[in-house]
Amino acid sequence: MSMISGKKPAVGKKREPITDTILLMSITIGIFLAMYVVAMLAFGGGFLKPQQIFDMLNENAFLIIISCGLTVVMITGSIDISVGGVTALVAMVGVMTLNGSMFPGAELSDGMRIFIAALMAIGIGLAFGAVQGALIAFLEIQPFIVTLAGMFFARGMITIISVQPQKATGDIMAVLQRRLEIPWLGSPNKKGVMIPAKIEIGVIIALAVVAVIFVLLRWMKLGRGFYAVGGNQQSALMLGINVRRTRFMAHLISGLLAGIAGFVFMMHTGAGNATNATASEMNAIASSIIGGTLLTGGVGNVIGTFFGVLTLTTIKSIVVTSGLREPWWQSITTGAMLCFFILLQSVVLSSRGKGGLRARMKAWTGKKTG
Amino acid sequence: MKTKTEQRRSFFQNNAQLLVPLIALGLLIIFNLIRDPGFFSVELATNNDGNPVLQGNLISILNGASELVILAMGMTLVTAAAGGQDISVGCLAAVAGSAFVKVLKSGAAITPWLVLAGFLVCCVTAMIFGAFNGTLVSVFRIQPMIATLILFTCGRSIAYWINGGATPIVESPIIKAIGGFIPGVPIPTPILIVCVMGIFFALVFRFTTMGLFMQTVGINQNAARLNGISAVGMKLLAFVLLGLCCAVSGVIGVGRLQLINHETLLLNVEMDAILAVAIGGNSLGGGKFKMIGSVLGAYTIQALTITLYAMKVSSTDVKAYKAVVIILLVVLGSPVVKAWFGSVKNKLTARGVSAAAGKEAA
Repeated sequence: MSMISGKKPAVGKKREPITDTILLMSITIGIFLAMYVVAMLAFGGGFLKPQQIFDMLNENAFLIIISCGLTVVMITGSIDISVGGVTALVAMVGVMTLNGSMFPGAELSDGMRIFIAALMAIGIGLAFGAVQGALIAFLEIQPFIVTLAGMFFARGMITIISVQPQKATGDIMAVLQRRLEIPWLGSPNKKGVMIPAKIEIGVIIALAVVAVIFVLLRWMKLGRGFYAVGGNQQSALMLGINVRRTRFMAHLISGLLAGIAGFVFMMHTGAGNATNATASEMNAIASSIIGGTLLTGGVGNVIGTFFGVLTLTTIKSIVVTSGLREPWWQSITTGAMLCFFILLQSVVLSSRGKGGLRARMKAWTGKKTG
Repeated sequence: MKTKTEQRRSFFQNNAQLLVPLIALGLLIIFNLIRDPGFFSVELATNNDGNPVLQGNLISILNGASELVILAMGMTLVTAAAGGQDISVGCLAAVAGSAFVKVLKSGAAITPWLVLAGFLVCCVTAMIFGAFNGTLVSVFRIQPMIATLILFTCGRSIAYWINGGATPIVESPIIKAIGGFIPGVPIPTPILIVCVMGIFFALVFRFTTMGLFMQTVGINQNAARLNGISAVGMKLLAFVLLGLCCAVSGVIGVGRLQLINHETLLLNVEMDAILAVAIGGNSLGGGKFKMIGSVLGAYTIQALTITLYAMKVSSTDVKAYKAVVIILLVVLGSPVVKAWFGSVKNKLTARGVSAAAGKEAA
């Protein structure tokens, strides 16, 4: 499969140099840009300010992070639906660490508390990833069931830890919610005073995650292994790739990212609640799909996923801005857009698949007869 | 001619996948009997309307699992034919229930004919949505989970939209009878509906080749096509039948509360339905299936939930305990563990044979 190498094939006049991954990603980016430009022209106002994009990022930093994890897992041909639950669990534990109800006796400084909360976020994420990965990779249990149980466990643990919603306030949250200000990207408000663009720390973490996962998938041995295993498990095994270890690592990464996402979620909201991040696993799957990742494995890219999240968010804000204020329009339009993207991918891939197959058949018969 | 032992062996081999749900169900029953010997006692009581009704934990397990069992039946077909799962069943049930209530609300009074018309409209609605999912999966060859993600995202909003943003109440003895008891019949109506659905599928499997064809499509689509079986048609049929199951369970759900709440009607049931299929020993990758396994799986899940409730676990915490039990079950049923058990068994029997041989030699 051409997408495994990711480079132009050396003797590839007959084969198209554009891989499925790149093609699907470009379509997404194109549609996102077109949609945003249309929104700018049609609604103006908020869409013209750079702050609109930063707001979208601020709100959805955690979604970007878990979508990256899901992209990795989906490229490997697996699925992880526990991420939303893990995010909410980590947020709950983090908030309780910050407001002191986790360790009632201990006298801890603010810095120490943030440090412990971060450690626990990473620890919980890794623990979920490791257990699920081991069950999926080494015991060969269906990923859907394992991670479904993971989701149940995480959601159940939240209420076992605390039935009441928890809140962290005060100086400690002020530290975490500190925003980066960029004056030259600012825009004037109604009174004409320049308001600098504001970015939360979570967004920077999310962008860093996107960059790291991009490098991992593009240039590192492990990342190329994900594509190989997702493309064809048997071939990957014959190439000498440790398939079990690769699948385990994919789930470990997804768990770790869910942990980080939980911490970012907590930084943004400062609240722990059993209904936090509800259905975010499905939003993350939708974002990955819109970004060009196939659930069948072997195809996908985090840059596409990043734009997938932005596309989903833009659809929502367009619906809100366009005055369709009834609560049902938002998800109905999201569903319609999702339908459009899924059909588009199907049509594009199947038309390419047919052409590719025919070309290969010709070359093969020609070689044999001649 | 097969000998008796051969017959017996093939019976066990054919039904080996039912072992895990049966063991799980058996363990749950034994556990409950040890904890409380009267746990499964059923008594005849009289309810507020003066009807004789059966009461007890056993009845509440059978009754409470009804919607799940019906959905698990449909999910088994989709899993077998399409090799994937439908995650929109809960939303589809909400849409169907909303359509049902919409029709009921359109008349001046709720008459039996109106209820029948409502039920038909609700079935047709759900089957159209099922056909939509089925078309995406069969014609456009989209993974079932992704294709149904569309309705998962917007299904409940469509249900909300059908009733114009309200959660109407439908008070009528007929609707009450659907979710509760028919006057004079002590068995809860949902259990009877499950029986009807079960008999329906049993007859279909007995007198048509649908089950075999779906299995064939799930195992090898191209081979099925070369044998003259329409893969597209079979997948579509599976999704339409699942739509029918959604409609029936949606109507039961409406009957239980006598109102439609698009947000909470059968919430998260899709996950339980898929779980029931998996616990029943069916491969989630499609192919061979046993519907009875999924039914047992669904009852196992409900029995587990009721057991946890009886142990005073709060309804929000139940999920965590359920997760642990699920993991234990799937670990027991996993191919690696099964292979390990098989090798241990072989070793033991080999040792037994060699020991016996040694004795004979001596």
